[in-house]
Amino acid sequence: MNWISNYVRPKINSLFSRREVPENLWSKCEECGTMLFHRELAENLNVCTNCDHHMGITPRDRFHALFDEGVFVEVPVPAPISDPLQFRDQKKYPERLKMAQRGTGEAEAMLVAEGEMGRTPIVAAAQNFGFMAGSMGMYVGNAIIAAAERAVKLKRPLILFSAAGGARMQEGILSLMQMPRTTVAVEMLKEAGLPYIVVLTHPTTGGVTASYAMLGDVHIAEPNALICFAGPRVIEQTIREKLPEGFQRAEYLLDHGMLDRVTHRRDMKVELVSILRMLMGMSPPVMGDLPSPGAMGAETSDEKTKT
Amino acid sequence: MQSYLEFEKPLAEIEGKAEELRAMGRANKEMDVEKEAKALDKKAEQLLKDLYKDLSPWRKCQVARHPNRPHCKDYIEALFTEYTPLAGDRNFADDHSVMGGLARLDGRPVMVIGHEKGNDTNSRIERNFGMARPEGYRKAIRLMDLADRFNVPVVTLVDTPGAYPGKGAEERGQSEAIARSTEKCLQLGVPLVSVIIGEGGSGGAVAFATANRVAMLEHSVYSVISPEGCASILWKDAEKMREAAEALRLTAQDLHKLGVIDRIIAEPMGGAQRGASAAIKAVGECIDDMITKLASLSRDEVRRERRKKFLNIGSKGLAA
Repeated sequence: MNWISNYVRPKINSLFSRREVPENLWSKCEECGTMLFHRELAENLNVCTNCDHHMGITPRDRFHALFDEGVFVEVPVPAPISDPLQFRDQKKYPERLKMAQRGTGEAEAMLVAEGEMGRTPIVAAAQNFGFMAGSMGMYVGNAIIAAAERAVKLKRPLILFSAAGGARMQEGILSLMQMPRTTVAVEMLKEAGLPYIVVLTHPTTGGVTASYAMLGDVHIAEPNALICFAGPRVIEQTIREKLPEGFQRAEYLLDHGMLDRVTHRRDMKVELVSILRMLMGMSPPVMGDLPSPGAMGAETSDEKTKT
Repeated sequence: MQSYLEFEKPLAEIEGKAEELRAMGRANKEMDVEKEAKALDKKAEQLLKDLYKDLSPWRKCQVARHPNRPHCKDYIEALFTEYTPLAGDRNFADDHSVMGGLARLDGRPVMVIGHEKGNDTNSRIERNFGMARPEGYRKAIRLMDLADRFNVPVVTLVDTPGAYPGKGAEERGQSEAIARSTEKCLQLGVPLVSVIIGEGGSGGAVAFATANRVAMLEHSVYSVISPEGCASILWKDAEKMREAAEALRLTAQDLHKLGVIDRIIAEPMGGAQRGASAAIKAVGECIDDMITKLASLSRDEVRRERRKKFLNIGSKGLAA
């Protein structure tokens, strides 16, 4: 663990992966159809500037926005054995993995990092829906355990951003076993008396919802995120009737008592800082302490020596 | 009446012929059919052996779902004494797809909890085909908690296609109920042993089977998704369930190699559905043995042991 491998290398990697950004500088909001300029969209954290639709955001981009001055240190995740079942459907599993790695520039579907958020030390883990639908396999399980162990060691809270189509079928029963394994991770945090906050993002489904995503001390969702165990299509096939408008969306779950809050991505950081500082018995966040555009330059050097 | 699976059709023919022959013999006392019928019996027996010697994963799925296979209720009635069902989640309802209550196994008090599928149209509807709603998991949580407080070991019998995918189930927090049930399994300071007696369907099974020891009947299956579901997602064709069953490695034998389950319980020739009492007896002995071996552990040790077991899963793959 050193500054070069954990800070400089990811930065370099992100420079390279930037080459893979499509030449198309405009993307279309899938909700309202507005054409959005990529830089403007990125500045708005991938939220449509016209209709507030929350689009997917990579863990790396999320962490750049979440951690003070975008500085974070990756927490290493032990690599699981690869392709334990020698799974093959129409493609071999290792081929699917390689495609996902090439497409995202990431090793797997979860990124774990430590750093400061609003001057509050945290560990954060974020699932990458762009990587094989964020599916929970052994790597994701290991990542959550590593995140919990790191949080316990540093006595810091854990914030987990969930986004997944469910368990990774290509790992069969071993993906299912991540439900109890990640639950052990949550238990570690509880026993250590550390807050575990889940931010449920679009979509969070299946075995992921039915394990670590629903065991948080506080559940916050992004607006309109689909959050469910069984997907709407499966339910419609089972009960043979049309589902109500907004069924299984964040606001619907809030109404049914499954969530504490639904919060806009823009306000998420401030809210997380506030909740965590209260739970951790820390002084109230001083607004001046939060990085403001003007203060950025002055604080960066100070911040870097700390991490 | 014996019902036959698709791959057992040749067997049905031979057994049918033998039956017919004997009926003829009963109607016509002069005719000596027994010798011929016996020969057919022998042929059927050999065929049964050949069919079950090396069941493909998809055939195992069919056997695991066989309607005549003993279900949770049969095990509870045969193995336990003083079974006292305890009902309700104290919040919303009693879920009849989950059975549970206090009982004695060989004199020892235990809390037994399991999925029940039902065995005819009415009971299947009443039991919701063994697909639990949140109330079912919350009832299980309540019973596990009760057992924990009074130092009673917990036995779970798993037999479910999966948690129920319904509108109300989702609204009442199916995911949360499953997650909490898994969490409760991990918190127990008493031994928790689990037997997969038929279908171990995904999260709905994990919620009961996060146990110190997990055993599986020889022809039962345990999987992250049904072969049909997997086929329709990965092959875009639900008819590819044979391939999917193969790829998922959902048999007791593969799961044992992967270190996910601890024991395989042998079934009588032709599956538990052809020898219910023998299968039930074997399951009873296995449960008793598993609990006895864990009985000396302290509350803390039993919890730690369970946790470690799950953290270690995944260190073994299937070597080619």
